Amino acid sequence: MSDHDYKPKSKVGQWFNDRLPLLTLANHLTDYPTPKNLNYWWTFGGILTFCLITQIITGLTLAMHYIAHADMAFESVEHIMRDVNYGWLIRYIHANGASMFFLAVYIHIFRSLFYGSYKSPREIIWILGIIIYLLMMAAAFMGYVLPWGQMSFWGATVITNLFSAIPLVGEGIVTWLWGGYSVDNPTLTRFFTLHYLIPFLILGLVVLHIWALHVPGNNNPVGIDIKKPSKDTVPFHPYIVIKDGFALLMFMIVFAFFVFYTPNILGHADNYIEANPMVTPAHIVPEWYLLPFYAILRSVPDKLLGVVAMLSAILILAALPWLDTSKIRSAVFRPLYKQFYWILVADVLILGYVGAMPAEGLYLLIARVATAYYFLHFLVILPVLGFKERTLPVPLSITEPILGGSPSLAAARHRESKIK
Amino acid sequence: MKKLFKLILILSFFSLNFAQTFAAEKVEYLKTDWSFKGLFGKFDRAALQRGYQVYTEVCASCHSMKYLSYRNLSEEGGPEFSLAAAKAIAASFEVTDGPNADGEMFTRPGKLSDKFVMPYDNVKAAQAANGGAYPPDMSVLVKARGGGVDYIYSLLQGYEDPPSGVTLDDGVYYNKYMYGNKIRMAAPLSDGIVDYGDGTNASVEQMSKDVTTFLMWAAEPHLEARHQMGFKAIVYLIILTILVYFSMKKIWSRVESEV
Repeated sequence: MSDHDYKPKSKVGQWFNDRLPLLTLANHLTDYPTPKNLNYWWTFGGILTFCLITQIITGLTLAMHYIAHADMAFESVEHIMRDVNYGWLIRYIHANGASMFFLAVYIHIFRSLFYGSYKSPREIIWILGIIIYLLMMAAAFMGYVLPWGQMSFWGATVITNLFSAIPLVGEGIVTWLWGGYSVDNPTLTRFFTLHYLIPFLILGLVVLHIWALHVPGNNNPVGIDIKKPSKDTVPFHPYIVIKDGFALLMFMIVFAFFVFYTPNILGHADNYIEANPMVTPAHIVPEWYLLPFYAILRSVPDKLLGVVAMLSAILILAALPWLDTSKIRSAVFRPLYKQFYWILVADVLILGYVGAMPAEGLYLLIARVATAYYFLHFLVILPVLGFKERTLPVPLSITEPILGGSPSLAAARHRESKIK
Repeated sequence: MKKLFKLILILSFFSLNFAQTFAAEKVEYLKTDWSFKGLFGKFDRAALQRGYQVYTEVCASCHSMKYLSYRNLSEEGGPEFSLAAAKAIAASFEVTDGPNADGEMFTRPGKLSDKFVMPYDNVKAAQAANGGAYPPDMSVLVKARGGGVDYIYSLLQGYEDPPSGVTLDDGVYYNKYMYGNKIRMAAPLSDGIVDYGDGTNASVEQMSKDVTTFLMWAAEPHLEARHQMGFKAIVYLIILTILVYFSMKKIWSRVESEV
């Protein structure tokens, strides 16, 4: 990085920059050398930043009209939908924005898994990402409770009840979380408070996430360390800015389609019924983005072990940089890992599907097999693969993959075209 | 560019996949052509007005619609009654107001700003009058049922004699679209139960369609504005995306790398 030799041109700029080096930061961000072979899977970082900002802005606006009270929450949401100017637009952007946020974060995570972006020296970036993901789930869950519909109420009841599985103190913790002896007004007001707080925690962690990223620089589809700056890199501005912008616009088209034409398809109809503690819905299902973990939870017959399994399924990701023993980052050069990667993708999709189905019969059996495989992948397959797998020769640089010790020119070119 | 298409394909697969998970319904609902579906979908104004008539004359005796105001009836994108007509509709209802200077509650004719008058004072009163079953509020009913408008439309026409072997308690009716097939509401519609002012034949099918259209508007009063804005927004985004694509190509032509 060539930050330190940056000097603002104007006198005023120099005076300011000596006292607060904001201009140095701006210069670092624009000049930031980025691998030039990044594909479109790398644009989701920018898209996620957009999602976070969108959620914060629409959320602030909604909070001006929303009333966090068990008797008035549902009505105030209808007030937003009917009487607030463009309230329907803001709420639908916020509600669908949560789904879009998770869609983007899953792509972002699976991109990282495919190209080994979590490996040394990027472990801290990865762990920060996992914490952000956990906070996103907490924020999304509490946000879903706020409209105080049937699914809000019963979802909150089911999820908070998970804590009762903790031996000895479980029941006490649940009462403490609820602020009473059932999910009620105190639960709603504290969920609202936390739902308001968490996005700003996420924002802070995102700054750290990007800061940590800018130390080693981006990984890339070839997964090799590159010299920066060099002919393997381009400056962030304008090259990556315009590319991220282009990808973001395409993402926004999908986003807009949901908001304007099918705004309720990702939600559950029961949440348009006002919360009623006396009536339990036929099926209590979480939002789609939590379904794989819901399936893992339900696949274990014991409540405590189920909760442990569900939490482990997320926390195991934090240990990934050490569970994956392979020195090669990119799956492009790991023929076996590549196959297991796609099996894992299928496994998670299957878990999501059975998570939406009733936990009985064949669905339960599938959920159990898929849960077992999920842990097998991380605890057995990944560590063993690093020792057993015969990886393909890795090029020395992005621009000259052919010179990278590859035995066959044609094979190298073929691989290069695949990377692109 | 090929990769982009792949990306879009995968994105749409994701969304469709999850959508289908929830949309999966076992019963085949009756289908009709809804004017409000599709990119340019708008409400059929006459159907909304007829639907309002069915609602007030049939449904409103048991079902409240507490989130709607009488002013909504004359607002753009709805039944669009004239202001005078909406005022007259509001005035035909007795609204409890107060307390006045003497501390007494009093009744007065409804105003445009009033919410729709509820048939019962509270949920308990509604249950007491309906054999223990609460007639749900209709403000967001179509959004609160899995099958949406198709479900409501079918339910209204789904009454039939119970198949042999099914015994029904007193005050319980058989409906082939109802969850569990048992419903506490008697068939609300019968041919000619309302007298349409515009001469439309008030068949059960026609009334079902009209009142369901009205309920859709009640649940989504800004649907037309949403569709119009959505079309503009998406066209704008597509044009901008194309422009940005060519700018990107131009900028990246400076380096020897494909984008």
